[in-house]
Amino acid sequence: MSAPRLELRQLRKRFDGLDVLADISLTVRPGEFVSILGPSGCGKSTIFKLLTGALQTDGGEVLFDGTPLEDGRRPFAFMPQRDALMPWRRIIDNTTLGLEVQGLSRSQAREKVAPLFAEFGLDGFERHYPAQLSGGMRQRAALLRTVVQQRDMLLLDEPFSALDALTRAGMQRWLQAMWERHRWTALLITHDVREAVFLSDRIYVLTERPARVLDEITVSLPHPRTDLASPEASAIEARLLQTLLNPQP
Amino acid sequence: MSTSRTRAGVFAPVFSKIAPALLSVGTLVVAWELYARFSGISAIMLPAPSRVIGQALEHRQALFDNTLPTIRATVFGFGCSLTAAFVFSVLVDFSGRLRRALFPVFIISQTLPLVAIAPLVVLWFGFGLAPKIMLVALVTFFPMLVALVQGYAATDDDIQSLLASMGASRVRVFLLARLPSSLPYFFAGLRISITYAVVGAIFAEYAGAAKGLGIYILNAKNNFRPGLVLAAVLVCATLTLVLFGITVLIQRVAMPWERLDQGRRR
Ligand SMILES: Nc1ncnc2c1ncn2[C@@H]1O[C@H](COP(=O)(O)OP(=O)(O)OP(=O)(O)O)[C@@H](O)[C@H]1O
Ligand SMILES: [Mg+2]
Repeated sequence: MSAPRLELRQLRKRFDGLDVLADISLTVRPGEFVSILGPSGCGKSTIFKLLTGALQTDGGEVLFDGTPLEDGRRPFAFMPQRDALMPWRRIIDNTTLGLEVQGLSRSQAREKVAPLFAEFGLDGFERHYPAQLSGGMRQRAALLRTVVQQRDMLLLDEPFSALDALTRAGMQRWLQAMWERHRWTALLITHDVREAVFLSDRIYVLTERPARVLDEITVSLPHPRTDLASPEASAIEARLLQTLLNPQP
Repeated sequence: MSTSRTRAGVFAPVFSKIAPALLSVGTLVVAWELYARFSGISAIMLPAPSRVIGQALEHRQALFDNTLPTIRATVFGFGCSLTAAFVFSVLVDFSGRLRRALFPVFIISQTLPLVAIAPLVVLWFGFGLAPKIMLVALVTFFPMLVALVQGYAATDDDIQSLLASMGASRVRVFLLARLPSSLPYFFAGLRISITYAVVGAIFAEYAGAAKGLGIYILNAKNNFRPGLVLAAVLVCATLTLVLFGITVLIQRVAMPWERLDQGRRR
């Protein structure tokens, strides 16, 4: 078993008077796809905000490759809960945003991103504005913006929650295929049980606010997972639902 | 047959958009014309629109000569005010302390009655361009500043935390996110302020000027020429409409994505 890439130790966070994260400890190994599953409002997005430095922790440790995550190190490429595409930038310029911030010129950044448009199903939409794209395409553009930053790890906050069921299922398949190919180290937030089982190697289940880790489940189904109706998958789904609906500490 | 149908298809939407405005303005003008002609009111009290237009044409050279200084005062005054509003909006966006120090001063500046201030400013700075620029700036600066500051504050939080996660500096976040986010607010402020600007310029001239529509109106009034007063008013209105139209055009060019959004909403 390889050393963890990311390790959270007893992470705590409170907003004046409101305890949000009580005790979050989890690990993600290199090349592993890990999901965080939890009820709405329990503090899932807050975990990512602590990781990206948007908020300060009130206790606990974040280790990346075994060393504390000091200020200024940015090993994460973050995809926020809503796509956060800039309406005033064309799709190509939205996807190059992270590279531009890293200091690449606009043309260098475009050169780097352009070959990926086909793979992300955005071919021919480079010069469109976000308002001209469907919900699914917007999410793919946001994901493209995330992965081209070539960070050590992806943080995906409910990337498909805003989509209709059919588009979401398509996007989940697509993401799985992409992951098969690239083997990103990824941490995914979701409150969709089936999505978690479909995509993850491991799943952490969180309690209601103040959140702590309620359960950790390893999904040892073989990839690619096409058969979600298999007894193993159904059993894990049932266990997850059971844990979420009847939390017993 | 088919060509005329396509043509109607192209022009019908434009026409149906401006038809209500044409109808309401047309009705007002016709009512005014009928009242002035048949109520027996004297032309000294209320000249008919046809007479106003006649006078405007007759005195077009004088009107033109007096319009140029007004345009100059409006454009220079508004330009100064825009520049100042932008500079201060940036300062205030980067420093909360500066904001708390300056905003009360700006708000007080908005409470000064123009009727009282205009003659004083003219008294201090003379009949030249300077006092006009100052008065135009006084009435337009604050609305523009507020529009910009509000626009920065309207920036999507997700976009900002995304940029922070990418390691963008404060200045970078401002340039990449806050500034573009303020554009719709900026243009809304611009459309309102440009109408204030013309009124401000006229008012400043009214308080004392060598030339300009404001002083022209004052003289025409003192000579009991309501036809000329209204002719000058017509020029003011046209000037304001043209400036307003220019801001709308600039907005269309500057924000091509905005019309896409609206197309979606409708
Ligand atoms: N900046 C903040 N200041 C104060 N309270 C906050 C702040 N950010 C989040 N909260 C609170 O923390 C709690 C958890 O928020 P968070 O966004 O992490 O939930 P979540 O699990 O991501 O929910 P969802 O599934 O709906 O996205 C909420 O009750 C929210 O009101
Ligand atoms: Mg969330």
